[in-house]
Amino acid sequence: MGKPSDLVQGTLDLLILKTISLEPKHGWAIAKRIQQISGEVLQVQQGSLYPALHRLEQQGWIRAKWAETETGRNAKFYSLTAAGRAQLAAETENWNRLSGAINLVVQES
Amino acid sequence: MRLLDRLRMICRSLFQRNSAGAALDDELRFHLEQQITENRAAGMNEIEARHAALRLFGNPSVVRDHARETWSWQWLESLLRDVRQGTRRLMRAPSFAITAIVVLALGIGANIALFTVVNSVLLKPLPVAHPDRLVRIYEAKSNGSFQDNVVAGGCFARWQQQARSFVQMGIMQATTYNLAGSGQMPEVVHAEQASWNTLPMLGVHAALGRLFTRDDDRPEANATIILGWGLWKRRYGGDPSILGRNILVDLKPYTVVGILPEWFRYPEARMQLWVPVYHERSHEMMQMFASHNFDVVGELRPGVSMAQATAEVSTIQRQIRQQNPDGPVNDAVNLRPILDGQVRDVKAGLYALLAATGCLLLIACLNIANLLVARAASRRRETAIRTALGGSRVALVRAQVVESLLLSLAGGALGVALAYGAIEWLVRIRTDLPRVDTIHIDGITALFAAGCVLLSGIVAGMVPALSARDRNLVGALQESSRSTSGGRGRASMRRLLLTAEVGLTVVLLIAAGLLLKSYRAMRSSELGCATHDVLTMSVSQPRHIKTPAQLAAFYDVLLERVRQTPGVTAAAAASDLPGQGRNRDDVYTVREHPPLPKGAVLDAITRFVDPGYFQAMQIPLLAGRSFTPEERLDRANKVIISQEMAREVFKGEDPIGKHLLVSIYAPAPTNLEIIGVVADTRTLPAADPFPTFYFPLLSGEENSIYLTVRTAGDLAAMAEPVKRVIASIDGNLPVADVMTMDEIIGRAAMETSFEATLLAAFSALSLLLASVGLFGVLSFLITQRTTEIGVRIALGARRGVVLRMVLFDGLRPALVGLVVGLLAAAAVTRYMQSLLVNTKPLDLVVYVVVGVVLLGVAALACVIPAWTASRLDPVQALRAE
Repeated sequence: MGKPSDLVQGTLDLLILKTISLEPKHGWAIAKRIQQISGEVLQVQQGSLYPALHRLEQQGWIRAKWAETETGRNAKFYSLTAAGRAQLAAETENWNRLSGAINLVVQES
Repeated sequence: MRLLDRLRMICRSLFQRNSAGAALDDELRFHLEQQITENRAAGMNEIEARHAALRLFGNPSVVRDHARETWSWQWLESLLRDVRQGTRRLMRAPSFAITAIVVLALGIGANIALFTVVNSVLLKPLPVAHPDRLVRIYEAKSNGSFQDNVVAGGCFARWQQQARSFVQMGIMQATTYNLAGSGQMPEVVHAEQASWNTLPMLGVHAALGRLFTRDDDRPEANATIILGWGLWKRRYGGDPSILGRNILVDLKPYTVVGILPEWFRYPEARMQLWVPVYHERSHEMMQMFASHNFDVVGELRPGVSMAQATAEVSTIQRQIRQQNPDGPVNDAVNLRPILDGQVRDVKAGLYALLAATGCLLLIACLNIANLLVARAASRRRETAIRTALGGSRVALVRAQVVESLLLSLAGGALGVALAYGAIEWLVRIRTDLPRVDTIHIDGITALFAAGCVLLSGIVAGMVPALSARDRNLVGALQESSRSTSGGRGRASMRRLLLTAEVGLTVVLLIAAGLLLKSYRAMRSSELGCATHDVLTMSVSQPRHIKTPAQLAAFYDVLLERVRQTPGVTAAAAASDLPGQGRNRDDVYTVREHPPLPKGAVLDAITRFVDPGYFQAMQIPLLAGRSFTPEERLDRANKVIISQEMAREVFKGEDPIGKHLLVSIYAPAPTNLEIIGVVADTRTLPAADPFPTFYFPLLSGEENSIYLTVRTAGDLAAMAEPVKRVIASIDGNLPVADVMTMDEIIGRAAMETSFEATLLAAFSALSLLLASVGLFGVLSFLITQRTTEIGVRIALGARRGVVLRMVLFDGLRPALVGLVVGLLAAAAVTRYMQSLLVNTKPLDLVVYVVVGVVLLGVAALACVIPAWTASRLDPVQALRAE
């Protein structure tokens, strides 16, 4: 039931948008991908992942489509909408600015 | 583009919820399957892989709920679910639901009805132009002893001439006219004599014809008159050709110049004739400073405050007083908003009743809350299970509030129906209320009703919901499985609610008790004259038509013929009767006494009576004699005074043979000899006796009288024969206000009777609610403690001890509530002072009676559960485990 504390608030949206920006993926694959790319550091909890996906879908940034996986089962694949792409660019820029700023502070002191 | 996407999602969330829900389940299942597959690949067996995946995944239903919460319309879905479940829960307990709905309906209905009256009568602005700038101006005394005196014509003239704070001022006086002719029954019509600018100042335009002009409003102008819409429709069939025609008013021709619009009903709906006041009243009257007759309305200049205007007019009035140091001339003025001038007499009573209905609703809510707490307690286990399964706190509170809102909605719907009935009844019974014809349910009342429903639902629901704050889940589950002693916390919450309920009930009971006592004081107080088997009616001759000699002759014939009518045992005539208020008073001096100190005046109530009046009305003659039939017209130079006047003015002297100087027959004082002293009568049932002097009716000064008839037989049956006698003397004389003396007293006591009855009903209802609450709580506590009591009895506790223990447990909140209520009542009833007659707000008897009644009812409510508890069979109680 608990909320994830291992991800900075708001960054999960960015990670999801980024992860599906190349090709549509289903929920499990998104979680796996984030885990792999981050070198097993970022563990996305299901309790946060699915609410986040549904929220992004409600906001119109991603759209979902049911398709067959390589194993032949039907799964819900998420892809970016045009608005989502713009949102990804905005959030990436925002993140870069923020993390750069934090780095500056951390290295300075 | 994005907007379109969102819109699509919103629609899908609304219309495809079920398939979307299935899709979500499938999506989550797919995730789980993937995890299991991965675990299997890592070498786990089927079962291990499944368990590990579930551990990692967490509670699937919680994940699902959280995902669903991001959808649009989620609030609607959960609301609908709560409503569905709440309805189902209430249907399962119909007796609880019906009780709660009826209780709330009474509370809400009473509030809507009273608020409708308060809103229509006290709050809604009068339908006049600039209701915020129109004020009533009264004469007053600067020492504050007199606040709302009617105005003398001369003072008004001076104000109008000098005051700069006003755009304009109008002067008016209510009166009645005899309407005759046009082949119809003569009738008495209420009328307003007003200066020509009064109607335009009020913002009225003529519906037909025109209003008065400055030229109509002069003594030498032709007689003109304006008809009210209702009279025009009723008596003249709504015929527009009446304009320009003459009608007979007090037997004189008046030209109809206009018809007032249907909506116009200032100052009262019954005012159906308007005539120009300066045409009707003598020039002398309109210039006098000491003869107080008129109502004055002023229109403040924009930006001028009431205080500024009061100060300015008070200065003018003070100058008038300085120039006229003798006689009853006032030295200050008092301003009130025009609406306040209409309703100030009923304000306190209506607000008191509204406060009482507010208390009633609060008590009803507390009672419902109490019942809901009991229900929540019996559902404790269900709640614990729901919490254990992941139901959130918010959802549980919401469910509780939705349940009580459902109750209050149903109660509110029923309450509105009740309010409709109540308002209809109220309008019929309280004909004395000003603006009674404007009372109806409107938008603001509807809003108030909605507010009532919402508030009572939330109050009744939040209390139990918030009291269900125990976090100890495991404890709750264990405790309820053992069912020994149920939540002490809830029990104390219920006791607190009960205490509040009892306290409020005590306040209501005391208020009702005070009013009932005041009402009894009014009804039982003696007017000082015969009141049983006395029929009264008013007979008025047109003014200024008959000479005094003609009037005196008419009274002779009238009384003689009425006395001869079969069934009549006595008949008398007087200008005013006891119990009808203080309609006229005059100032006087005593010839044999030294001059009064500067500025002081002697003042007494003026009555004209026929020689047989005191005997017929059974008013004892204490000294001297009554008038004789010969003391008439020019020989009417005698006067009779009341006991109070003899006591006040002739301390220790014999008043008989002394002389009074009174300006009653002419502007110059006439010398009148005192020939008798009679016992006091009262102007109103509860008023203190006031000095009164009596003059011979046969002086022919009065054109309007009250005829009183006493009979040994049926009173109501006497009205027709007497009316026929009057018609046989003069077919053009209307007879009005046919009433028994008892009805006159009843009318004076009507407001108090109405308030006392309603308050008594409210407090009886709340007493019932409180005792039901007491009974319910105690029964509930005992069921919860069955095992404990069983063990006590098994271990040898005497039944008397058990009885006392339980009884005390129930009586404690009642006792605390009683003390709190008594203190609160002592603080609050001060504001009722103006409603009480011959009754002090801290009336010991009322307080004691209320205390005893409350304790008695509380004991009764507690004794049955306590008795049951002490009769418990320990074997059965313990076996019930």
